Amino acid sequence: MSRSYYEASARERLAGVVDAGSFHEFVPPAARVTSPHLAQLDQPVAFDDGVVVGRATLAGRPVLVAAQEGGFLGGAIGEVHGAKLLGLIERARTERPAALLFLFDSGGVRLHEANAGLVAVSELIRAILRARRDGVRCLGLIGGAGGCFGGTGLIARCCDRLVMSEEGRLAMSGPEVIETARGVEEFDSRDRALVWRVTGGKHRYLLGEADRLVEDDVDQFRAAAADLLDSEAGLTLAAVEREHARLQQRWQRFADCDDAPEIWQRLGVDNPAEVPLLPLDQFLAVADGCRSAP
Amino acid sequence: MEHLDYELPSRPQPHRREPLLVGVVGSGNCELLLEGGPPADRCRISIKTSAHGFAPIWTAVVADFAARAAAGGLQIEINDVGATPAVVSLRLDQAIEAWEESANV
Repeated sequence: MSRSYYEASARERLAGVVDAGSFHEFVPPAARVTSPHLAQLDQPVAFDDGVVVGRATLAGRPVLVAAQEGGFLGGAIGEVHGAKLLGLIERARTERPAALLFLFDSGGVRLHEANAGLVAVSELIRAILRARRDGVRCLGLIGGAGGCFGGTGLIARCCDRLVMSEEGRLAMSGPEVIETARGVEEFDSRDRALVWRVTGGKHRYLLGEADRLVEDDVDQFRAAAADLLDSEAGLTLAAVEREHARLQQRWQRFADCDDAPEIWQRLGVDNPAEVPLLPLDQFLAVADGCRSAP
Repeated sequence: MEHLDYELPSRPQPHRREPLLVGVVGSGNCELLLEGGPPADRCRISIKTSAHGFAPIWTAVVADFAARAAAGGLQIEINDVGATPAVVSLRLDQAIEAWEESANV
């Protein structure tokens, strides 16, 4: 059986990340809570609306967990999908699990139900920040085929900690969105090396946005998530202000860079052109000496 | 969307368990939701597909499945986005295998 996190479905990833047999699903497929918008548009629906939510244990400790299915409409967030995530986050504030785990795989807002999806994204951002303020540890895992873009990218960066693989991608506007809006000279979305250079896990790790970088392997994601169950949690105004200052500094330092390797060079990477080809262990040896602190 | 319903004779499925989902609603793919419910010697299959005009092929695929598998007593709902007959057959077999693997009884 393949253990690739990238190739696995949401349900396969979830089953591999949490303790075997420990998962209990909320609003399961048999409840048939499907998208009313897609039905109105005469489009195919999914019995789980593209997201699996529930309770499980990880390394024996209670977690609430959600896994998005990138294969269904790019894992995009519609009304039901968003409501399932929101309910899970609200539940975490009263249940106080060891962590709230998000297995992100989503291009952002589902365009078929754009207004409901946009509302859902803003509700989710607010809910995560509120949960963090209340001390709920929010962990995101990014390594699916659909990446983590748009509103889902914003949601992911609201978490306490992120685990990524090199194959994982994280950004606000996705490559095709940038190309559509600004032209192919600005960004060629078919240039896969470019896409991974500027959105992939190595870049996010060097920028300090991903806290852990792991191989494309379900067990490695599991181990990293379990390890982060004891990471610092809680959100304060001072922490938000520090983050704003950090982003301001980043802008001043890198805004004139045309491509990721220029940023890596300024961070102090000796041979930035080699970074995309380095195996994980060699990359970490280089990156850990110079990357931005998360 | 085209909606197709079948009720077919099939060997009784001996195992019981909670509802099961296999597959993904993606292009060229489909998801199947299996539940108990129908009489032990009948299999109900309900299909919602985005590809119109393929009823004769669906009829052949599900009849072949009901004849070869122990699907009696099962209700199977399919959300399809243009899966080929071979993919549908494989998903049906996968569903029965998964049902029996993790059966409660």
